Amino acid sequence: MLRIENVSAGYGSIRVLHQINLHVNEGEIVCLIGSNGVGKTTTLKTISGLLRPEEGRIYFRNRDISRTPPHKIVEMGISHVPEGRNVFPRLTVRENLELGAYARKDKAEIKRDYAMVMQTFPQLALREKQSAGTLSGGEQQMLAIGRALMSRPRLLLLDEPSMGLAPLFVLGIFEIINEINRQGTTILLVEQNAQLALRTAHRGYVMETGRIVLDDSTEALLKNSRVRKAYLGE
Amino acid sequence: MAVFDSIHLFLQELIGAYYMQLIILVGINTIMATSLNLIIGYTGQLSIGHAAFMSLGAYCSALVTLHLGFPFLLSLLCGALFAAIFGVIIGIPTLKLKGDYLAIATLGFGEIVRIVCLNLEITGGAMGLRGIPKKTNFVWVLLAVLFTVFILNRIIKSRIGRALVAIREDETAADSMGINSTYYKILCFGVGAFFAGLGGGLLAHYIRFLHPKTFDFMKSIEQLCMVVLGGLGNIWGSFVGATILTVAPEMLRSVADLRLLIYGLVLILMMRLRPQGILGEQTRLAPFFSQKIRNLLQKRTRTNT
Repeated sequence: MLRIENVSAGYGSIRVLHQINLHVNEGEIVCLIGSNGVGKTTTLKTISGLLRPEEGRIYFRNRDISRTPPHKIVEMGISHVPEGRNVFPRLTVRENLELGAYARKDKAEIKRDYAMVMQTFPQLALREKQSAGTLSGGEQQMLAIGRALMSRPRLLLLDEPSMGLAPLFVLGIFEIINEINRQGTTILLVEQNAQLALRTAHRGYVMETGRIVLDDSTEALLKNSRVRKAYLGE
Repeated sequence: MAVFDSIHLFLQELIGAYYMQLIILVGINTIMATSLNLIIGYTGQLSIGHAAFMSLGAYCSALVTLHLGFPFLLSLLCGALFAAIFGVIIGIPTLKLKGDYLAIATLGFGEIVRIVCLNLEITGGAMGLRGIPKKTNFVWVLLAVLFTVFILNRIIKSRIGRALVAIREDETAADSMGINSTYYKILCFGVGAFFAGLGGGLLAHYIRFLHPKTFDFMKSIEQLCMVVLGGLGNIWGSFVGATILTVAPEMLRSVADLRLLIYGLVLILMMRLRPQGILGEQTRLAPFFSQKIRNLLQKRTRTNT
């Protein structure tokens, strides 16, 4: 579904990604793990078009999207939940979700998806008219995911959904990620919590200083001694 | 438009020339403040070169009136479109900038426009542009204000408005929602500049004399103050802000030396005590007052019982 070939990218003169290769198949949850500053977020930004690759190609459903602007990429079916849950703080929960469907015009379908999101996140339903800035961290993360779902993506890019959340909330969020995937959305997940990410995903990539150093099924990665040592704290 | 003139004259007879002038200036400033509010309050782009767009509109409309003999409405339109074109041209390279950097770039643009007007022959240079016929009157200003507020209101309540607010709240998130933020920012600058140009055209045909100094940095700051005072992201607030900051300097004429001092003090106190502006965000004028009245009534009934 998504194929990244030899992509390098960075900010200004600083190169962050060095010729990375990665692919995501339809229906999968794929996780990308690695420590701080290795380029996980940059990878997602490059896919969603917020950043342009300096070289290499990105294909989504066999179309080259490496030069496509972000709003077109959203229309094609990739939705990005940025790191740190960038909700629109002064807009209400409802307005946030409506903005998620900005690229769509099918009003009836939007309404259905809105109801679906409300069902998936009952807490949000209780706070429909509250401004997003007043929600708790976990609720904001739910809102950010719900908002991304409103564009009805084929591929959902999740950046650190567990960041800064209470452990109980983290488990809840990952359950929801599984549920979203079961309903047919492919997910590319970036996570520092390697343990949880590897237990949720089907396949995983390990990144170190802008390069992919390992890729395998999550079962294999969980057994891999290098992964266990570096990321699982053994 | 003889009808407009007679209405104007009738009203002027009623309230006197001085108050008439004040009302017309309030109207023009309302156009300036509301259009600036679209850029600053709704889209969150700190522009401090709004007077430059006003000056482009003023000079352009005055020149087409003087040299080409255009009818008033057409020359106003020319001025507004001319300013809008520059809004878009300036928008394209500068809108990659954010916050302070954008402010400085728009400031630079304002200075460029002022200095160009000061040195061109066609604008009259330092002598200023004289002999513009007086065509602006109460009715024209009223219609222009209604037109501005109507169009801006429509924009704000539409899909475009939601996109603009999303950009203000978080540009990265807006991009990842599928909002083409560059396009909307340029659109917003274009529309803002259009109405600033309209205001400029009205002013040119009212004061009948244009000088680059009229549209200097202080003018931009004054317009910024109107927006902030009334409330960022509130069209009605801009009307209130424009009214206060047009009328207050007149009221303070008796203490002319202290005028700027008082003016500054008010703004400082305002920022300290009510940073969201007089009306705050997203409130309509009527509900704001009805709420106040309701609170008062409640207090009264409470004290009665």
